[in-house]
Amino acid sequence: MQIPCPLCGPRPENEFHCAGQSHILRPSLACTDEAWGEYMFTRENPKGDHAERWRHTFGCGRWFNVLRSTLTHEIKAVYGMTDPRPEVKR
Amino acid sequence: MRTRYSAWNLLAAAPDHKDWAPAWRDADPKKKYDVVIIGAGGHGLATAYYLAKNHGVRNVAIVEAGWLGGGNTGRNTTIVRSNYLYSESARLYEFSLKLYEGLSSELNFNIMLSQRGIVTVAHSRHDLDSQSRWANAMRCNGIDAELLDAQQLRSLVPRLNFSKDARFPILGGFIQRRAGSARHDAVAWGYARGASALGVDIVQNCPVTGFVMEGGRVAGVKTPRGEIRAEKVAMAVSGHSTVLAEMAGLRLPVTSYALQAMVSEPIKPVLDTVLLSPAVGAYWSQSDKGEVIIGGALDHFPSYAQRGSYALTQQIVAATLEMFPSFSRLRLLRQWAGIVDVVQDSSPIIGATPVPGLYINCGWGTGGFKAIPVGGWTLAHLLATGRNHELAEPFQLERFATGRLIDEAAAAGIAH
Repeated sequence: MQIPCPLCGPRPENEFHCAGQSHILRPSLACTDEAWGEYMFTRENPKGDHAERWRHTFGCGRWFNVLRSTLTHEIKAVYGMTDPRPEVKR
Repeated sequence: MRTRYSAWNLLAAAPDHKDWAPAWRDADPKKKYDVVIIGAGGHGLATAYYLAKNHGVRNVAIVEAGWLGGGNTGRNTTIVRSNYLYSESARLYEFSLKLYEGLSSELNFNIMLSQRGIVTVAHSRHDLDSQSRWANAMRCNGIDAELLDAQQLRSLVPRLNFSKDARFPILGGFIQRRAGSARHDAVAWGYARGASALGVDIVQNCPVTGFVMEGGRVAGVKTPRGEIRAEKVAMAVSGHSTVLAEMAGLRLPVTSYALQAMVSEPIKPVLDTVLLSPAVGAYWSQSDKGEVIIGGALDHFPSYAQRGSYALTQQIVAATLEMFPSFSRLRLLRQWAGIVDVVQDSSPIIGATPVPGLYINCGWGTGGFKAIPVGGWTLAHLLATGRNHELAEPFQLERFATGRLIDEAAAAGIAH
């Protein structure tokens, strides 16, 4: 699989690190244990389009977001770390 | 119809063998059961068997989306072992290994248990020291473990790369001699046959599409063949745990990853133990057919495709050739993957869920096959008595809120 790094273009998958589900916001440290546990461990794990974080670890080092299907592995969108998840046509 | 597998029946059924009963009934689902189990993998089938056998609860149906044992149970590398670090895990997996030791006899089905041992290789002073700790922890828990020096390792596994120029020098290792392998399909079929004979209905090609909810409580499952009602519903669908859980409005600390396996062409015996090198991230054994069975680390991005990514396949093959240089001419016959539940502390979840009437067995990561007997035994206990089995007590969903994690990443070998 080739991952399209926003800076370097398509590069082999083993130059990257996948850091799991994106858009997870850390709650205030005054939250309940349950809320903290949810933040630390609970994940969407969709069978389908997944918004996830990738880093070009063995390349430019850039972090970016990817919308990828966990069923077909097709990459549907690449967007900035602080951008919202885009709507894509199925 | 002959049902018992024995030398006598083999003789008496000859030469046509036409009067053997089917190994399990292909059941039509009734409208209602005491317990419905979702998933006819090893854990689901074992749960149904022990519900009937240990607790006399026979009004049970297992509902399976595909064919029984076609998920991870049919895709693993068949290794069984109990060489875990923490006491809670050691007790759980050792109980399972002991059940495996008696399983062919218990099920009247040859599961081909081969206690050929598992050797974990040490490549550095740090590996040697941490294996000392690991082996001693096992022995403190009453589990067999033996440290090996390079000489002993060489006589056990002569094909290993003992060259002076090896990138990963071999300094020694340790072995659990009672570990080994069992025929994965036979475990599924044995439990299916046993459960079916005791009255459990196994309904295949019948996916669960939703839950029947009554007053906030799970009262059954919805399927293309209609509603099937039950007092209690249990899920044992590793890989798809969050997909099913979501139908009940439940979220889990689980992410699905592909775990690959591959086999070489069959060759004459070259490896008569299981070998694991955590440093290169792969492990090997040889089947009775002569195929070298190769497994490795998890794929590195979430996936529901049962194939894995070629980047990992390359990594596992490279690891194999580093440890066994003489395998470089072998042809790879087949490569595939299962979808495993990865949980942050590499430990399972066996217990009630916050949704009344709904129970779960999930989160086994890369280590579910060895735990089929204990997973079934403990979930059956919970479903029949309403109380956690003491072995399953540490492995509840609550630990993700209380922080009482059981972090088995290291001793799990290949990180779950």
